[in-house]
Amino acid sequence: MSKGTSAAASVAMPPVRRGKSLGRRILEHWQLYLLLLVPVVITVIYKYIPMYGVQIAFRDFKASRGFLGSEWVGWEWFERFFTAPTFSRMISNTVLLSFFSLLWSFPIPIILALAMNQMRFKRYRRVVQTVLYAPHFISIMVVCGMIRIFLSPSGGLLNLLLGTKIDFLTEASAFRTIYIVSGIWQEAGWGTIVYLATLSTVDPALYEAAKIDGASMFQRIAHIDFPALVPMAVLMLIMSAGSLMNVGFEKVWLLQTDLNKATSDVIAVYVYQQGIENAKYSYATAVGLFNTVINIALLFIVNTIAKKAADVSFV
Amino acid sequence: MQVKEKKLRSLSDKTSDIILVVFCTVIMLIVAYPLYYVLVASFSDPYDVYAGKTFLLPSQFTFKGYTSVFADQRIFSGYLNSIKYTIIGTIYSVVLIFCTAYPLSKKSLPGRKWISIFFIITMYFGGGLVPTYLVVKNTGLLNNMWALFLPGGVAVGNVIIVRNFFENSLPGELLEAAEIDGASHLRTFVSIVIPLSRSIMAVMVVFSMVAYWNDWFTALIYLKADQAPLPLVLRNILIRSSASASQASTISGGYAELNKVTEMIKFASIIVAAAPMLIIYPFVQKYFEQGFMTGAVKG
Repeated sequence: MSKGTSAAASVAMPPVRRGKSLGRRILEHWQLYLLLLVPVVITVIYKYIPMYGVQIAFRDFKASRGFLGSEWVGWEWFERFFTAPTFSRMISNTVLLSFFSLLWSFPIPIILALAMNQMRFKRYRRVVQTVLYAPHFISIMVVCGMIRIFLSPSGGLLNLLLGTKIDFLTEASAFRTIYIVSGIWQEAGWGTIVYLATLSTVDPALYEAAKIDGASMFQRIAHIDFPALVPMAVLMLIMSAGSLMNVGFEKVWLLQTDLNKATSDVIAVYVYQQGIENAKYSYATAVGLFNTVINIALLFIVNTIAKKAADVSFV
Repeated sequence: MQVKEKKLRSLSDKTSDIILVVFCTVIMLIVAYPLYYVLVASFSDPYDVYAGKTFLLPSQFTFKGYTSVFADQRIFSGYLNSIKYTIIGTIYSVVLIFCTAYPLSKKSLPGRKWISIFFIITMYFGGGLVPTYLVVKNTGLLNNMWALFLPGGVAVGNVIIVRNFFENSLPGELLEAAEIDGASHLRTFVSIVIPLSRSIMAVMVVFSMVAYWNDWFTALIYLKADQAPLPLVLRNILIRSSASASQASTISGGYAELNKVTEMIKFASIIVAAAPMLIIYPFVQKYFEQGFMTGAVKG
């Protein structure tokens, strides 16, 4: 309807003012705005007001005075965090844990997707996919419970297989490996989806042509599939860089023991302990804000590099 | 000569097929084995499990782990809580996702771009843990079930997937025809768009169910102990390894027997917590790639 009338109107009116006035068009769509009302209100209250509340990082928050009424203290909380005894340990643990996690878990979904995409037995491929997706649907709590069972010094699966009695979760040197390997187990299969979706858009004529030219499967992967994945892979890399400092709080917290803190003490856990357990609201907000700012900086740095190197950008 | 060459080539294709199948099978077994091991252990005597007698098959087959799990008051109430939160949360989330996605898929909507940006910003920026906690507290949601749903806002990633589905997969002519017939936007949404979107709705239902079924951190922060969902209850059992008082009083065999039951409950509760979602997701699996494809290409 709107198309027909706007076409008619543009004939009658000067070409600059096409169609109806803005007010008229807004009025015509009132039902759509109505649908958006609740989502917008919820987003304002629970997403935008907390963003506004971040300013308590620079204030001495008192519950009775609210976000705005509390006294201004400037950089005090940040200074306190920078001089905290565990500051450098937390920073390096956070960065190293996410860096190695990204390094190991980034290529694996790509390799799996390349392999599954070339699989000619579609039924079997579906079975493989189903199994690989499974761990993604399990709660982190359950995964951590399994990790604890498998790593138990008395009869845990890993100790049985190795014939040892090591309590891995009390070894600070083992923590990163445990975190990363279990993360790969849980998410690598799910991570293939985005790549498989990209590969499904490759023109089948390319494969035909390659086959006629006598290209082997590995040549087809190297010259057709892999190049097709590069833009998506770069995009995923940029997005992960933007959350490099967002070490998954849940898993670290559940796997932390007093003895592995030398490597498991990360910023996210500290924010939770200070903010929720100790109710140091302003201090924890400042620490969280520091974390976010570094994340955003990383996102822009990697984005700039990727733009120059591969001509792919996200922001 | 040529025939021979062709044969050679198809042979090499065959070897690469075999390599692929072997590779995928090995990966699949590695991924599946931890779950299989827990499943086997859940039907076995825990002392045999810890002695390494259950790598492939249960030893001293028993259902005691499962009967103990369902006899445990904490787990049972956690289970009921989880079911309640999952049902209400899923309905809430899916309704919200669809109500947001449909208007944003309408190119004629004035301000569409700005409203999209308004939502997308929340994917990348947030107030962080403490300011969000304070807002939840000030809006009176502490110890209220709705604290599990509202602070998450709208699942923007899912909104984008659904919006792209509306834009790319719905027959545009049908929607235009409805408009010409004078159907209102709401009318079109309810009687044409929603019935045509069953596949993507199924995916959204599963995603939301999984998110709520597996969530425990939100409940840890905002809810009381007796409101805890299943995963949070399991924290005491799996992470802290504590036996409950109710268990201790119902078990007659003394400390050793209690110890044994505590271990059996660990294995069985893992299966009980993981099984529902593992059973559900294969039903919508074929739509996953589709959803991500439209989601990724047009992000």
